[in-house]
Amino acid sequence: MTMSDLAVEVHALAKAYGGIPAVDGIDLQVQRGECFALLGPNGAGKTTAIEILEGYRARDSGDALVLGHDPGRPTGTWRSRIGIVLQTATDNAELNVHEVVSHFAHYYPSPRDPESVIEAVGLSEKRKTRTRNLSGGQRRRLDVALGIIGRPELLFLDEPTTGFDPEARRDFWELIRRLRADGTTILLTTHYLEEAEHLADRVAVIADGRVVAEGAPSSLGGREAGDAVVSWRTPDGVQTSRTAEPTRLVSELAAQYGGEIPELTVRRPSLEDVYLALVGRPVESPSDQGSVGEL
Amino acid sequence: MTPTLTIGWRRVQIELKEFFRERESVVFTFSLPMLLMLIFGSVFSGEIAPGLGVTFSQYFLAGMIASGLVYSSFQQLAIAIPVERDDGTLKRIQGTPMPKAAYFLGKLGVVLVVYCGQVFLLLLMGVVLFDITLPSAAWQWITFAWVSALGLALCTLLGISFSSLPRNGRSASAWVTPVILVLQFTSGVFFVFRDLPSWMQTFASIFPLKWMTQGMRSVFLPGEFASQEPAASWELPQVAGMLVLWTLVGLVLALTTFRWQRRGDG
Repeated sequence: MTMSDLAVEVHALAKAYGGIPAVDGIDLQVQRGECFALLGPNGAGKTTAIEILEGYRARDSGDALVLGHDPGRPTGTWRSRIGIVLQTATDNAELNVHEVVSHFAHYYPSPRDPESVIEAVGLSEKRKTRTRNLSGGQRRRLDVALGIIGRPELLFLDEPTTGFDPEARRDFWELIRRLRADGTTILLTTHYLEEAEHLADRVAVIADGRVVAEGAPSSLGGREAGDAVVSWRTPDGVQTSRTAEPTRLVSELAAQYGGEIPELTVRRPSLEDVYLALVGRPVESPSDQGSVGEL
Repeated sequence: MTPTLTIGWRRVQIELKEFFRERESVVFTFSLPMLLMLIFGSVFSGEIAPGLGVTFSQYFLAGMIASGLVYSSFQQLAIAIPVERDDGTLKRIQGTPMPKAAYFLGKLGVVLVVYCGQVFLLLLMGVVLFDITLPSAAWQWITFAWVSALGLALCTLLGISFSSLPRNGRSASAWVTPVILVLQFTSGVFFVFRDLPSWMQTFASIFPLKWMTQGMRSVFLPGEFASQEPAASWELPQVAGMLVLWTLVGLVLALTTFRWQRRGDG
């Protein structure tokens, strides 16, 4: 693999605050055109890591290249090739959507057309609305508009959908998918499993400043090879069995019951099960209390 | 034009748009100096130098115009910049290829507009309500121009430097207001400078406001009043020297202390 295939290349990245490591030796490789998620609980070091790559924070040690450039020495040219969507921002409160987006377009050498960007993020109807009057979700869409106005090769999104209601989250995911389809490389952080599973080609799970697992969401942590759980109803109640050979168990049961097995389910460990095992912490669900994953 | 200047000009426009849309802040910014002028000018209306026909209102007008330099630049920036550090303005800008100097050009644009507005309103009020005659000699207006230019330069730079002290935007005005008040009381704005205890005069002479008020008095008071100054002269060369010195101090401080992010974020 040549250098130019990689949008982000990180080796042994470390950063500590007051002697306490926030990022403790991370290796990452993000390919051009891919959507890569840093997934982890709050306080795992995701924001510190992404802000080092965005050129906001200095690293203590390790190597990092973002679009072939050291993010510790940001230049204007390099900045015009990346786009950043920060975690929280309430700036430009008195300006309307159109004014903010067209103003930021002037900062870049070959910006996108402000009107099409506003349309792309679904804010056309709000183009004359002052920023302070936007809802949380609309505000984030504006942040994305400002992140992509400069036609970036690489877009950073730091916990983009925190605090969204489920519908706003779905819409937002659709927007990110369209950007990725346009060829923009995306590096996002999230503490929502569902988000990583929906958006990312590859996921790195971060806990306590380290990458504890990496791969496609479907194969994360050996998920595809993991044991399956088979459950069915017996006259004594529901019985479950954990097995590496679910097909054999089901055939045996089928023979035993002579046809339909009552209330049969077979399931692989969900991403959530894998994730919980990896980070050893309670999980947060984007849909919040209630439906935590279909079984 | 270079990108810095073109983008700087765009920053001026966008900053002014934002400034004038914040109604309350606009009203406060322009009415405070006028309100003070109205109160002090009405309460202390007597002559302060027998035979010279100089009233306290006139003396105070010069002090308020010098204070206008402080309000429009130092006070405004030392409060606005910490707020922008909190709300993400600075962080977002830092993440774009915008030339960093353009941000400060934008701020300077607002400072100039606010200062011109304040001076216009104060002079208007002085002429209409307090029988103040505007200076007629060209040299007086030239002095006004250079005292204003140097005063704005140094107060802008000091405001940028001072903006790094408050921990957040909410505490910014608590930091800024006492500094300005103490200097106003000791530098010949609220009291006639020559009446102050000499240790207070010495204290105030270290800081630029004393020299800014003195420069403005040379513009707005009759020439004969110079004899009433502690040094029996306007000391314009000293005024220029002190203002240049503080401009350099402000430049060094601004360049070495300015932070784009909140303390502990870097």
